[in-house]
Amino acid sequence: MTKFYTKEHEWVEMAGAQATVGISEHAAHELGDITYVDLPKIGKNVKQFDALSAIESVKAASDIYAPVSGKVTEVNQALDEAPELVNQGAESQGWICKLEGVNEAELGALMDAAAYEEYLKGL
Amino acid sequence: MEELKSTPLRADHENLKALMAPFGGWLMPIQYSGIIAEHKWCREKAALFDICHMGEFLFKGDVVADGLEDVFTFSVNSIPVGRSRYGFLLNDAAGVIDDLIVFRLGEDEAMIVVNAATTDNDFAVIRSRLKNPASLTDISARTGKVDLQGPLSREIMVERFGAQIRDIPFFKFIKTSILGSDAIVSRTGYTGELGYEIFFPADRVAELWRLLLEDPRVAPAGLGARDLLRLEMGYSLYGNDLDETITPLTAGLSSFVNMNKEFVGKPALERESEQGSPRMKVAFKVDSRRAPRHFYQILQGGEEVGVVTSGAFSPMLSCGIGLGLVKPEAAALGTRLTIRNEKVEMEAQVVELPFYTGGSLRS
Repeated sequence: MTKFYTKEHEWVEMAGAQATVGISEHAAHELGDITYVDLPKIGKNVKQFDALSAIESVKAASDIYAPVSGKVTEVNQALDEAPELVNQGAESQGWICKLEGVNEAELGALMDAAAYEEYLKGL
Repeated sequence: MEELKSTPLRADHENLKALMAPFGGWLMPIQYSGIIAEHKWCREKAALFDICHMGEFLFKGDVVADGLEDVFTFSVNSIPVGRSRYGFLLNDAAGVIDDLIVFRLGEDEAMIVVNAATTDNDFAVIRSRLKNPASLTDISARTGKVDLQGPLSREIMVERFGAQIRDIPFFKFIKTSILGSDAIVSRTGYTGELGYEIFFPADRVAELWRLLLEDPRVAPAGLGARDLLRLEMGYSLYGNDLDETITPLTAGLSSFVNMNKEFVGKPALERESEQGSPRMKVAFKVDSRRAPRHFYQILQGGEEVGVVTSGAFSPMLSCGIGLGLVKPEAAALGTRLTIRNEKVEMEAQVVELPFYTGGSLRS
């Protein structure tokens, strides 16, 4: 499966019409120790690039934006007790939520892994 | 922008891959391996901090006749030789120009240790208040300082530098020789753990830093961990919890003010004492892992009652903790507060200090 990335360092991975969303390894590293993830409410409808939730590290609080539009159907409950899972694997066990009803055409506004890597070099 | 100053340990920090950032006019290490890992290392083992950025002044003269006795909120003359004392330099309105420690090196000699960002101003203010300004010298540039803090710090210091370190009580210090250079080893720190501050010649402090880091029980820790450690103890940070608009009474630190002596700001403190403070320091614990942060609003029953001055996630308590200034009626233990900014809101409760009580500070 292919991951796509936003300029704000979220990732999204599609499985059919369901998307899994998180923050990139780069973002997790930059934030440092993650201490709190404000999980979105199940049932919440979000538009692409609108605020989805928030994440806090020892250093700062940051917003997380929806990489695609959709409805939140599942959240990674493990992050309530162990937000450090995001540091341990931001693009695997540290996923944040799942969205359904996603319009795959919106992926065109995102970067694939190679383009994201290039983008990071320019920061 | 003013150019940032570097400590003599900058190359060492860069070799250790520290994340460096500006702090009080200095380029300082914020973290090495990670703030929480460094914080826990200090609570469990021994962490080493670069504190070379702080300012040091040397006073040589007659403490009373030359006027040092009247400069601070505490009596310098009554500090026994070999002991240090914490207190304040105030303005006329009793606002805190700086919080500092005076080390009584001898009958006619004292070292004043001040915050980094305030060093130049402190020096000018203290000097202007002395009857003999020539008695004060700024020795910041030639004085290096590293702090070893943590429950294992005593055994490490004794193994490396000799048995005389074993018996230094809290807030006392000794003059000794380390690596062939004069050193002052003090049982002080700002972490809540047993620990030492070592004053050492700036041009050799890198040797001392490297020697201590050779010990596998010692790990470097940055300002990020230092801030969490001091906040878990409820200690005030200058620039956050203390500044020229906040008095020691407001900040809950009147025990470091001796009202039986003269000092600038005393009449203002007497007035505040009679009339009551319009706001008070408060310590609170958040109901979740969410961190309150500097300048978040504090509300009680929907009404704004104050502001957060320091806040963070506490690794030891696993919840948000903070200090703030509030109207006195919102400061009672157990009071329920709401902490918020334009994006987040969290519930909290007023608690006693320190937040963290398991430290080895006085062991």
